[in-house]
Amino acid sequence: MSNITPQEIKEEFLKNKMGIAGISILIILVAISITAIIVIPVETFQEWNNPKSWITYPKIAIPIWVNMFMIEKIPEHMILEKPNIQNTYQDEIVLTSHQFGFNFNYDDFPDDFIYIFSSEYTGSPLLQMSIIRPDGIKIKLLSTSLPYSNSITIHSEKIFSTDRMIKKNLSLQSEKFKFTLDNLSVEDIVFSKTQINESLKGDYIFSIELYGVKSESQINESKLIIGGKTFGMMGTDELRRDLAIGLLWGTPLALFIGLVVSIASVTIGLLYGVYAGYKGKKTDEVMMRFNDVIYALPALPFLIILSVTISNSIFLMVGFLMIFGWVGIAKVSRSMSLQIKTRGYVDAANMMGQKDSKIILKHIVPQLLPYAFASIAISVPAAITTEAGLSFLGLGDPSFPTWGQILHDANTFGAAARGLWWWIIPPGIMIAITGLAFVFIGSALDVIINPKLKR
Amino acid sequence: MKRYVVTRIATMFVVLMITLLITIVLVGSNMDTILKQGIAFQVRTEITENPSTAQSFSSVEEFEIFIQTQIDQRIKILGLDEPWYSPQRIGIAMYKILLLDFGHATFLTSDLGSSDVKDILFEKLPRTVLLFTTATIIISIIGIFLGALSSSKIGSTIDRITSSFAIISSSFPVWWIGMLMIFLFAFTYQIFPARATPDVPLSDPWYIGSLLYHMALPLITIVMIGFGSWAYMVRNFMIGIMQEDFIMAKKTIGVNQKKIIYTHALKNAAPPIITILALSLSGSLGGAIITEAVFDWPGMGRLYFEAISVMDLPVIIGATYLLTIFFLISIFIADLLYGYFDPRVRTG
Repeated sequence: MSNITPQEIKEEFLKNKMGIAGISILIILVAISITAIIVIPVETFQEWNNPKSWITYPKIAIPIWVNMFMIEKIPEHMILEKPNIQNTYQDEIVLTSHQFGFNFNYDDFPDDFIYIFSSEYTGSPLLQMSIIRPDGIKIKLLSTSLPYSNSITIHSEKIFSTDRMIKKNLSLQSEKFKFTLDNLSVEDIVFSKTQINESLKGDYIFSIELYGVKSESQINESKLIIGGKTFGMMGTDELRRDLAIGLLWGTPLALFIGLVVSIASVTIGLLYGVYAGYKGKKTDEVMMRFNDVIYALPALPFLIILSVTISNSIFLMVGFLMIFGWVGIAKVSRSMSLQIKTRGYVDAANMMGQKDSKIILKHIVPQLLPYAFASIAISVPAAITTEAGLSFLGLGDPSFPTWGQILHDANTFGAAARGLWWWIIPPGIMIAITGLAFVFIGSALDVIINPKLKR
Repeated sequence: MKRYVVTRIATMFVVLMITLLITIVLVGSNMDTILKQGIAFQVRTEITENPSTAQSFSSVEEFEIFIQTQIDQRIKILGLDEPWYSPQRIGIAMYKILLLDFGHATFLTSDLGSSDVKDILFEKLPRTVLLFTTATIIISIIGIFLGALSSSKIGSTIDRITSSFAIISSSFPVWWIGMLMIFLFAFTYQIFPARATPDVPLSDPWYIGSLLYHMALPLITIVMIGFGSWAYMVRNFMIGIMQEDFIMAKKTIGVNQKKIIYTHALKNAAPPIITILALSLSGSLGGAIITEAVFDWPGMGRLYFEAISVMDLPVIIGATYLLTIFFLISIFIADLLYGYFDPRVRTG
């Protein structure tokens, strides 16, 4: 416990495979946290519970990489935001054309397509929508005029593939297909081979043309969404949220909760225990009775009551977790300080008239540091799982969604029953891996501190 | 020994009181509003039940004033006119709870329809005890044998598997494994029911069978996650004991290794193991809240969860009290056992 120098600990630790594994996982997690903080702005993350900001995303989409293992490729959800823009002026007509090129290489039809735009114009410009397919056939989808206006006006609209006009236009071009178009949805026709109703693979060009007469007209915002069933590295959930963002941002949050709770509770426990042990007699008795009281409080029910009645803010939650965290450490460090107190140099320091606080901080606490580090590492997973558990019960902080909350949502929407594995497995694995990293580090340290276990 | 027991009991009682006090203080103001609303509701229903009283009033205002005075009177009789934090009211509340009088639940009822909190609690408690005690006993049996086995062959394959399994399983949350198990064995392969609530009525002779069948999945999950760390703990105790002088002496005499482990060493490892068993029994009750919520097991934990989601305060207070009592009793037993087995503790 006491006769190991930091240098020896370091050497021993680097010899231990578990310790190295733990440290490596931790480094990866820290790297993930830093990337998450840099790449994904906090504002995006705080929009997590705002359905509006996820509207262009697909519902419960499978992760994109699943397609690598599939023979029949599932269509990917595409959000196209950068069209090729061309403006031509001919006599009195101004033509603005936006073209979206994309590659469609899947064995099933897309779910739908949506064109979202806002345009600025006077008069009543004409909007034409058409698609050029890989086989060279051009299909006219829509031709409509925007609402008339005398002055300059901004008009925003969403054109869905379920639009009646599109369906009607398609039935006028039915001679291009060798099968009957009745009862088929628009995307099943547009993306189909001409001979049989199967998806046609290749490069498509989706073009939107806006004709204005004698007037200024332009498209400010232009977005094409080809609806599919796969999206992103981690898929999306029922509320269309990109799970990758939640999982990435969960990492710094979990590390924050785990580390702050364990460091603070170990520090408090250590000082409390050492002080009680060093002082002895009445002080020790009173302090240890108080310790017993906290020890005997049932932690989880109390955490639940505290978060329901006081607040579920993540920072207060950290504080609540600390209340129950320091107790065990205080007990052990008290008994350790009882032993150290009897050593000669402590007596000597005492006789030389050094202050109690100095003796505790200079002579006793440094002896306990290896134990303290091991306890910090070992108590991190408990803090993380407890917080995840509270979030899982729906008592977490909604402004900082954690892994536990993702799992809570998964449970509420019956993800297990519906087979949405990508919603359940990754958050749990992240919790476990984070816990594992600290358990590895902790047990590596433990072996060094308690040489008995080594055999 | 006597002094030790007495101080322990005194501490436990103080803890119980403090727990109660904290609970009451935390939920007090909400409780107050709910009680007053309850009285107003009661008065109004009584009046609507006999229309003759209502007809004897000439105007609506007079009628309202009558109702208000009735409500105020009852509030005064029950002592609710004082603020909820007055020492008198807190004292009465604590006294009532001590005698297990938790009052009536606001929303929840027992399966038989009673809204008395005591009835609800005592209906749910046996189920939680059934599930978690069974699980803890299975875990400890597997754990002790696996731990003893791997401590006898340190560094062997079985020892390595046990140790790594212990470390890995301890970092998975039980409830997440529970979700996965439901996903795998209730939906992908439909072997077990997804919801652990038995679907036959209480009076049915097959009720016990159905209960056990529904218990299987949560039980397997809890055991799977729990036994690894038990085995690891027992292994570490045993290793410590195997290095003691008396074991070394036995070895040099030439006593069979197996005999040393299963009789002498295990006997000496018994005190800490029994202590931890007592603690984990009560600890499992607290952890039951999340596990039962996942599996929908109709015990105390799910009751607690439901009570919190609808803010049914009498139930919350009652359940917290009961959980605390269980927790304290097991800590007490653990302490006594430890003091009995290891006399050094008593004086320390």
